[in-house]
Amino acid sequence: MELFDLEFLIGHVHYFLFIALMMTGLYIVVQKTNLVKKMIGLAVFQVSVFMFYISIGKVAGGTAPILPMDKKFHVDVAAMEGVLYSNPLPHVLILTAIVVGIATTALGLALIVRIREAFDTIDEEEITEIEQRLTHQDNKKHGNAMGGMA
Amino acid sequence: MAGEVGTVVHETRTLIEQLPALQVVVPMLSAPLIVILGSRGLARWIAFGASLVSLVISFLLMMQVIDGTFISYTMGGWEPPLGIEYRVDIANAFVLFLISAIGVVTLPFALKSVAHEIPESKHTLFWACWMLCMTGLLGMVITGDAFNIFVFLEVSSLSTYVLVAQGMYKDRRALTAAFDYLIMGTIGATFFVIGLGMIYMATGTLNLIDIAARIEELGVNRTLRSGFAFVMVGMGLKVAMFPLHLWLPKAYVFAPSAVTVFLSATATKAAIYVILRFIFTVFDPTFAFAENTLEIIFLPLAIFAMFSASFVAVFQTNFKRMLAYSSIAQIGYMLLGVAMLSQIGLAAGIVHLFNHGITKALMFMGVGALVIHAGGAFYTQLAGLGRQMPLTGAAIVVGGLSLIGIPGTAGFVSKWLLVQAAFERGVDQPIYTAIAFAILVSSLLAVVYVWRAFEVLYLQKPTGAAKEAHWTMIVPMWILALACIYFGIDTSLTVEAATEAANVLIRGTVEVATGGVAQ
Repeated sequence: MELFDLEFLIGHVHYFLFIALMMTGLYIVVQKTNLVKKMIGLAVFQVSVFMFYISIGKVAGGTAPILPMDKKFHVDVAAMEGVLYSNPLPHVLILTAIVVGIATTALGLALIVRIREAFDTIDEEEITEIEQRLTHQDNKKHGNAMGGMA
Repeated sequence: MAGEVGTVVHETRTLIEQLPALQVVVPMLSAPLIVILGSRGLARWIAFGASLVSLVISFLLMMQVIDGTFISYTMGGWEPPLGIEYRVDIANAFVLFLISAIGVVTLPFALKSVAHEIPESKHTLFWACWMLCMTGLLGMVITGDAFNIFVFLEVSSLSTYVLVAQGMYKDRRALTAAFDYLIMGTIGATFFVIGLGMIYMATGTLNLIDIAARIEELGVNRTLRSGFAFVMVGMGLKVAMFPLHLWLPKAYVFAPSAVTVFLSATATKAAIYVILRFIFTVFDPTFAFAENTLEIIFLPLAIFAMFSASFVAVFQTNFKRMLAYSSIAQIGYMLLGVAMLSQIGLAAGIVHLFNHGITKALMFMGVGALVIHAGGAFYTQLAGLGRQMPLTGAAIVVGGLSLIGIPGTAGFVSKWLLVQAAFERGVDQPIYTAIAFAILVSSLLAVVYVWRAFEVLYLQKPTGAAKEAHWTMIVPMWILALACIYFGIDTSLTVEAATEAANVLIRGTVEVATGGVAQ
């Protein structure tokens, strides 16, 4: 198989998009010093995985995986035979993962509020500076870790 | 499935058959109960009661499977692989026992420690979070469904972040420690989910045993390999496997003492169990890539962790931080045992998982008791406290000796097995003999860092007067100290269970799938 096969590229386009989105998210988490922006990056990162899951559940030509149970008297059951459904399991899994993602974001933002109260900033570099100052005070009082060499 | 709903036969089950579900449900329900009742006095009793019940359950489960059989519990009666299966064999029953035992022992200790470190208005919610954390850890270990592992992993992780952040009333750096842990932990858990997604793509199932059977049929392809890599990195972050350990020292140092005790003994251990499950049950280690992962990645990193983290621990001035780095080194020992890919090596890893759990819990309890009197865990603040608090000091000494691996303590047993495993492999591969000596040399580093603590506690002049710790702290400490000694002398329970667990894990999936008695 050629690597630059156009059909291969089109057939795998959702993977490329997933990876692009995932890397965008990770990059934001690593690069931004603003904690809220870090949380946004983390959310983007998680959402990319949700999309990955949903895309793998898609069956070519498949319709929404809903059985018309409540309308069964109006539906021609014979016509329902052979209908192709998408795989619903990844969707269900992602519902759970979305809830987890929301909880994570909420907890992260709550922590940021507390960090803002305690440090009066939400910039990681400034927080690191304050923490280094605290560590220096500790070291002055209690002796340097690593014998002052680190 | 919908058409079959009417034909499901509802059979009554005895309480004993419901144990696997109760193991998770009891601590889980205790959390909302604590919040709803909202009473500080009741909260700790509910938490203690629920922990005690789950300890009894885990003991009963362990006794049922100690002969190498397994219990398969179908959640809600849905048969696996469609439904979620709880699958208890000796490998996870052993870890369940460790987690719930540590939960029960830590709770009385936590009473005074938490009262000292966290304002009273927060206690009720603190205990609710504590129980949720325990629920997550137990669930992650007991479940046989891959996605269920992720859900329970997040239940335990999210409550852990909250628990770590509770250290903010003593030192505001706990907040950033919790935040860093949240970022790293979420990235780890998400990597785990990506890995699961890839495995699901290739196999079309989420039941661990079923995945294993399908991989056996399909053989390994690139999707499975990358899925395996994502799962290992994701769980490696949770284990604090070197070099993914950066969150650990800060989280352990700034978390409330009781939380550190609980986390150090359980959280990383549950994650190691998941790694074992994936390497040995899901992916048969004889597949070249899993073997390569162990030999090329786990082994060198484990040895590097043993030395570098021990070396860093030697130069610490803070007792808690020293123990945190020592934990990273000890995780190295466990992974080293696993990476040796022999039955005895794996057993050594599992025994060390248990023994280090009780040892580190004991050490952190000791520090927690000292901190209440000293106000901090720096060595300058702890000078001579061992003489003023003889019972606490003596317990720390027992823990320290076990950490080094002095004969007669639990730490010795696991290191002995580890060295034995290395020599066994060394018969045909001389490099393993060198690794055996590396284990001994890194234990010498442990002598140095533990001795520094002993010197501070006993040989330096006390700076002020200090009373012996409260009895609710002394009793749990000494239960663990005696356990350290007991498991160092009578190894029948630990080594037997770990060897059987190693057998179950290594035996391969086909036999495991058919070799047990399902209930």
